[in-house]
Amino acid sequence: MDAPDQIFVLLKHAVVSWFPTPVQPWISAVLSIGAILAVYPMIFALTTVIERKALGRIQNRPGPNRVGPAGFLQFAADGIKSLTKEDIVPRAADSVVHFLAPLVVVVPPLLALAVLPVGRNMVALDLPETGLLFFLMVGTAVELGVFMAGWSSHNKYSLLGAMRAIAQLLSYELPLLLSTVSVVMLTGSLSLNAIIGHQSEVHAGVLLGWNVFTPWGAAGAVLFFIAALAEANRSPFDLPEAESEIVAGYFTEYSGFKFALFFLGEYLGLFAVSGLGITLFLGGWLPPLTVLSWVPSWLWFFGKLAVLMGIFIWLRGTLPRLRMDQLMRFAWQFLLPMSLINLLVAALWQYSTPWPHLLRWLPAAILFGIPYLLYHRAFLRQHPPRTYRYAS
Amino acid sequence: MPPEPVLSLAFAIVAGLVLGGSVAAVSCRNRVHAGLFLAVALVGLALVFLRMGAEFLGFIQILVYVGAVAVLIVFAILLTRGSDSAHERRSNAPGIGIGLAVLLWGVLAWGILHRSPGAIATPSPPPSMAVRDLGERLLREELLPLQTVGLLLTAALIGAALIALPEPGISPRPSGSHGSAGTETPPSSPT
Repeated sequence: MDAPDQIFVLLKHAVVSWFPTPVQPWISAVLSIGAILAVYPMIFALTTVIERKALGRIQNRPGPNRVGPAGFLQFAADGIKSLTKEDIVPRAADSVVHFLAPLVVVVPPLLALAVLPVGRNMVALDLPETGLLFFLMVGTAVELGVFMAGWSSHNKYSLLGAMRAIAQLLSYELPLLLSTVSVVMLTGSLSLNAIIGHQSEVHAGVLLGWNVFTPWGAAGAVLFFIAALAEANRSPFDLPEAESEIVAGYFTEYSGFKFALFFLGEYLGLFAVSGLGITLFLGGWLPPLTVLSWVPSWLWFFGKLAVLMGIFIWLRGTLPRLRMDQLMRFAWQFLLPMSLINLLVAALWQYSTPWPHLLRWLPAAILFGIPYLLYHRAFLRQHPPRTYRYAS
Repeated sequence: MPPEPVLSLAFAIVAGLVLGGSVAAVSCRNRVHAGLFLAVALVGLALVFLRMGAEFLGFIQILVYVGAVAVLIVFAILLTRGSDSAHERRSNAPGIGIGLAVLLWGVLAWGILHRSPGAIATPSPPPSMAVRDLGERLLREELLPLQTVGLLLTAALIGAALIALPEPGISPRPSGSHGSAGTETPPSSPT
């Protein structure tokens, strides 16, 4: 029963044991890095195809359907195309910064993926003291890369995209950080393994204690994933690269493989931040019910990742893009106060452990419900329902 | 962990990053380049913290300084039209800057050398840099300073918001999006 769960761990140990002892740590590290470099870009490739097909389905058209079975080898064709295209650098561009920017965008998400536990005993870089902090630190480095790309291209659309991106990334980082803080408060640790371990206690005999099953966890997960979408520049928060407004935003002046690197970095960032959300709120590699614990742990993690990707694709096909002022107002006037309230709710939950379970949900409902209703009323007063004179 | 030699390869790399980054930051003609080199120097400083075992400080250094401060500096340079100044003079008064740097260095060196000689030879055990201990200290012993700093930052934030607010007496400029650019005619309301 344990074999399928630990198959990759056992495989790695077997490979490492072939080598002499002094080089074993190096081989172990190389294997972990190799696994990350192989698995996530492969998921990226599959996601692009599935996304294009799903968007096509939503928009009532077939999507890619020529390359391979049902168009599923489209990613290979795209990869070969972007590798063989000419690499164009504008004459006015700052060539060194222009060259470095894609690297600064791609490397941080890869580093962040290294600290995510993807299964039992499966984490490439275990930081027992500061795992979560490492993840958040690495995520901020992307902003500099985006700026470098936008500024060095010497193009007004690139610069506009970079300015939008920086404003958006800085604003949505606050709710993202604050909603992770509630998890840290309740777990008492910054280690991602400890956070998963804290969610493994069993309630009512069958249900595992995922954080999303608590009021602060449910609200925190919603806030986290909204902010995560914005951090990953995903629709409906894709203003920095809004095709219909500013060409391709900060990577307008990139072509060929550098363009592909930006694309890759964006999806890797989305995987990383979704993986963090899974770890913090959705139980990491834990099953939801105890009877399902025979399913291998890594399958749970990647299954949850696949479900989240499906939801994000669905959102992208459904929601229109926000306007810049709506974007900023949403972050500062709604998400930020709500995530501060969430901290209060988390503290109340912590100190009300002796209460009966249903009574513990009451303060959370009041604390979230009343501000939400007030906000809703104020919003309706500012923006009364639209009337369409000719379209109705 | 075995005792490292003072001039190990890792130290050389980190020192190179810090020194190279800061020298380039003050000598670059292009101000955006200077800002980016400043970010390199700040990453180097974070690596210095990490080498001393202060994981928390190192990560926070990158989180705050590289993720926020460096980006804001670079943007401020960009928005104030300082980035196109390739032919500007190097500095208005380099002597003052160099003098200040030498003075600061002198004060620091004096301070280090005039500690009791034994303090350098037999260093006291370094204070714990574990995140848990840092948190306990911040929220128990140093609670008042922490709250004061928080209040200061809140005041600064409110001040910034006040400055950014539109002044009540001045009506906001009409948006020139109706195609009547450069004329004095008030924008007619579109029907």
